[in-house]
Amino acid sequence: MIGLSHYLILSGLLFAIGFVGVIRRRNLLMLFFATEIMLNSANIAFAAASYYYHDLTGQMFAFFIIAVAASEVAVGLGLLIVLYKKFGTLDLDDLASMKG
Amino acid sequence: MEKFVYIALFAPLVSSLFAALFGMSPKKTFVGVIASLLLATSFVASAILAAYVVQTGHGIHVTMMDWISAGDLAIPFGFVVDHVSVTMMVVVTLVSTVVHIYSIGYMDHDKSFNRFFSYLSAFVFSMLVLVMSDNFAGLFIGWEGVGVCSWLLIGFWYHKKDESPEVNPSISPSWAANEAFIVNRIADLAMLVGIFVLYWNTGSLQYDVVFAALPYLDESVLTLAAIALFIGAMGKSAQFPLHTWLTDAMEGPTPVSALIHAATMVTAGVFLVIRANPLYSMPEVSEVSFFIAALGTFVAFFAASMALVNRDLKRIIAYSTLSQLGYMFAAAGLGAYWIALFHLAAHAFFKALLFLGAGNVMHAMHDELDIFKMGGLKKVMRGTYLYMGIASIALAGIPPLAGFFSKDAIIETAFNEGTLFLWAMLVVTAGMTAFYSFRQVFLTFDGDERYKEFDIHPHEMYKFVLVAMSPLALLAIIAGFFQGAFQEFVTSSPLMPDYVMSEHTHHLAIYLGILVLIFAVGGIVLAWKKYGNGLKRDEKCENSFIYQLLKNQYYIPQFYAEFISKPYYLLSHIMWKSVDMKIIDASVDAIAYLFFKGGDQTRKMQTGNLSNYLNWMAVGLVLMLLVAAVTALIA
Amino acid sequence: MYEQIAFYLFSVLTIGLFLVTVLSKNILYAMTSLAAGMVLISGFFFMLGADFLGVVQLIVYVGAVMALYAFAMMFFDATRDIKEKTTNDALVFFLGGMVALMLVIIFAAPVFSENIQAMYPVVEGVGNAQAVGLVLFTKYLVPFEVAAVMLLVAMIAGIILAGKKMDHSLTTNDDKVISQEDTK
Repeated sequence: MIGLSHYLILSGLLFAIGFVGVIRRRNLLMLFFATEIMLNSANIAFAAASYYYHDLTGQMFAFFIIAVAASEVAVGLGLLIVLYKKFGTLDLDDLASMKG
Repeated sequence: MEKFVYIALFAPLVSSLFAALFGMSPKKTFVGVIASLLLATSFVASAILAAYVVQTGHGIHVTMMDWISAGDLAIPFGFVVDHVSVTMMVVVTLVSTVVHIYSIGYMDHDKSFNRFFSYLSAFVFSMLVLVMSDNFAGLFIGWEGVGVCSWLLIGFWYHKKDESPEVNPSISPSWAANEAFIVNRIADLAMLVGIFVLYWNTGSLQYDVVFAALPYLDESVLTLAAIALFIGAMGKSAQFPLHTWLTDAMEGPTPVSALIHAATMVTAGVFLVIRANPLYSMPEVSEVSFFIAALGTFVAFFAASMALVNRDLKRIIAYSTLSQLGYMFAAAGLGAYWIALFHLAAHAFFKALLFLGAGNVMHAMHDELDIFKMGGLKKVMRGTYLYMGIASIALAGIPPLAGFFSKDAIIETAFNEGTLFLWAMLVVTAGMTAFYSFRQVFLTFDGDERYKEFDIHPHEMYKFVLVAMSPLALLAIIAGFFQGAFQEFVTSSPLMPDYVMSEHTHHLAIYLGILVLIFAVGGIVLAWKKYGNGLKRDEKCENSFIYQLLKNQYYIPQFYAEFISKPYYLLSHIMWKSVDMKIIDASVDAIAYLFFKGGDQTRKMQTGNLSNYLNWMAVGLVLMLLVAAVTALIA
Repeated sequence: MYEQIAFYLFSVLTIGLFLVTVLSKNILYAMTSLAAGMVLISGFFFMLGADFLGVVQLIVYVGAVMALYAFAMMFFDATRDIKEKTTNDALVFFLGGMVALMLVIIFAAPVFSENIQAMYPVVEGVGNAQAVGLVLFTKYLVPFEVAAVMLLVAMIAGIILAGKKMDHSLTTNDDKVISQEDTK
């Protein structure tokens, strides 16, 4: 039988994959993809909790997370385009303009 | 009647704030006039209150507002006008009013004229808070307030340089002000301890509550409280061994010496003992009370002996103040509280008069205070001569002036209590008092005109100043006649125990009085013989050991400087060099260095590369999750 | 039985696809596998009875977000392989594993101690979409409206950020040149 813990472990694994992506990749676009993965892993956890506890709150949160993700993508991609126009690259190693 | 309480209390504050408005501006006579008027208002209100208390026989108790209320501690801003405090109020406001008017003339040429009135009125306000408060906390506030004002006023001419004793026998005002403040601080610590002890054991600071609870306290607690409060009183009233500041305080302007260091502030210690008389009357603390009497007697003699040889006009009067304070403490310590209060009032009048007269002389002599350089001034300063003569006769205790009645009562008390040694010392001191008072008068006003050698042209003070001094002169003459009425009035208060002489003493009173009188007149005659016809210096006498001892104030200031100030300075120096610089400063510097170096090293983290930052953030996230998980597991 | 098969199948596929996303050098591959992973996640939602959420996932993620990425990709040079330095892999995987472990522990703890109670229980006898609607428009009305405003703001921001100077050559990297052209 599939229980809540199965879903939580899956969610944790997906989150870890996203996390690895965020800290490993140097391309900003790839960072965005990894962020999406992390957000989705959270959604799975929420939906699973909602299902196993017969409570709609989890779904509500997943819903709002999707809304936030959509906004983030809209604004983030706009910024990426501006950055690309300015620097001609999305590689973080080349964008190190804030060196202390 | 409540409004008169507030008028009496706050008129000086208004005066002070008003004068403060003009503190930095050049002299404006109207500031002094308005301040004097407000002080006169305060005096009138006090007089009305006094009349009310006389008529109704009970006091007025007002609570203006809650001041501190924290937990069980509730201290209101309460004021009580009863037989004791109304006496003090009338004395304080009367002398203050006269001194304010006097100051208009005396401070005429001073550039800080307005500032002076601001300080002076602030002092009167603090003094009124001190005497009117209905609890120990308010008393302490007033106590500190007069201390601060005294500091400000002694150091009023703070810009005078600190010169070596060879150049100028007087010391710098700022040094004197600091000395007075620091010596008082030592005593105030003890007083604070006493207040805490009382609060700790009675749970209140209100006089009535504390005094009602006294019979239930342990002997040790009572003794501790009595000793601690008396040490506080010793500081403010300059009793041995904390007396050195009073003579040095003469560096302040003369009206200040008259008001603060003769009539009011220095009597605060006596007032405290009188106010706390239920404590000092407890049989458990009779040793402390006797100690007070003994110390008072000793100081009376000790200070009078130093006054015998001093050449500084104001210092002689300061020593006599010390001596008279000793008399007051002797009376209070022996349980004759009303006599102490009576002497306090009478002394305030004639001593203020004496000081103001000295101020006139000083003004005339262009700040010259050495009486050996004066002489023959009675020709040019007839009014002042009259006033100082009256004040000195009163001080010497010649009937029918005020000093005779009050001082004689104290000496009689000492006889009545069977403490014959104290009595004998007080009688001898009375003779010494007469001698030094008239030595000073004769040297200043009689004999050859020595001032001419120094090219000084003395002139009499302004007329209005002399007129303003007249109430004091009048009171110095007649105050003694009200002794009986005063006794009846003050002792009708439930808080003021009566003191009557025994039958035996009563029979002997006339002989005792005559004995004292013989000593006093003897002193005057001696002074006349020695100094009445001009100054004849006696080298042999002046070089004798006793003369030198007295002249150097028993070497006590030197002793303090040598054995307290210098070691303290050395200790401070060591603490500065080794503790402050090497431990405290070094540790602070080390912390700063740590952060500086740490910042310098970790600056490398700031690569500007977002990826690196994300890695660091990940490390942080893991650590925080770890902490969260661990704490959750522990909980 | 079917549930188990579906769960494991979807899990393996999702993990595999997302690993491709994260590790691939080619952006197009990464994006394609991400989109496929999103579809599979909507499968999980359907399995969990969250029909409405699953549909929203398909529409918003697979439809809108992915399309947005695809269009954005046109601005970048997507055909080329990405060359990047990689950080210490051991550290990265250790950190990732630790985070996953911690999160699972922290979130599973209240589940196992059975400390959770339903705040808004599922309404019996109505479909999921209807139940979601009931809760969303009563308890979560204000957050819903706020989310709507947020999306509007994001839309405007995206248009302005991406749309400005659209008429300039992308190869012109110099700000001065662009601003000079602006002023003409």
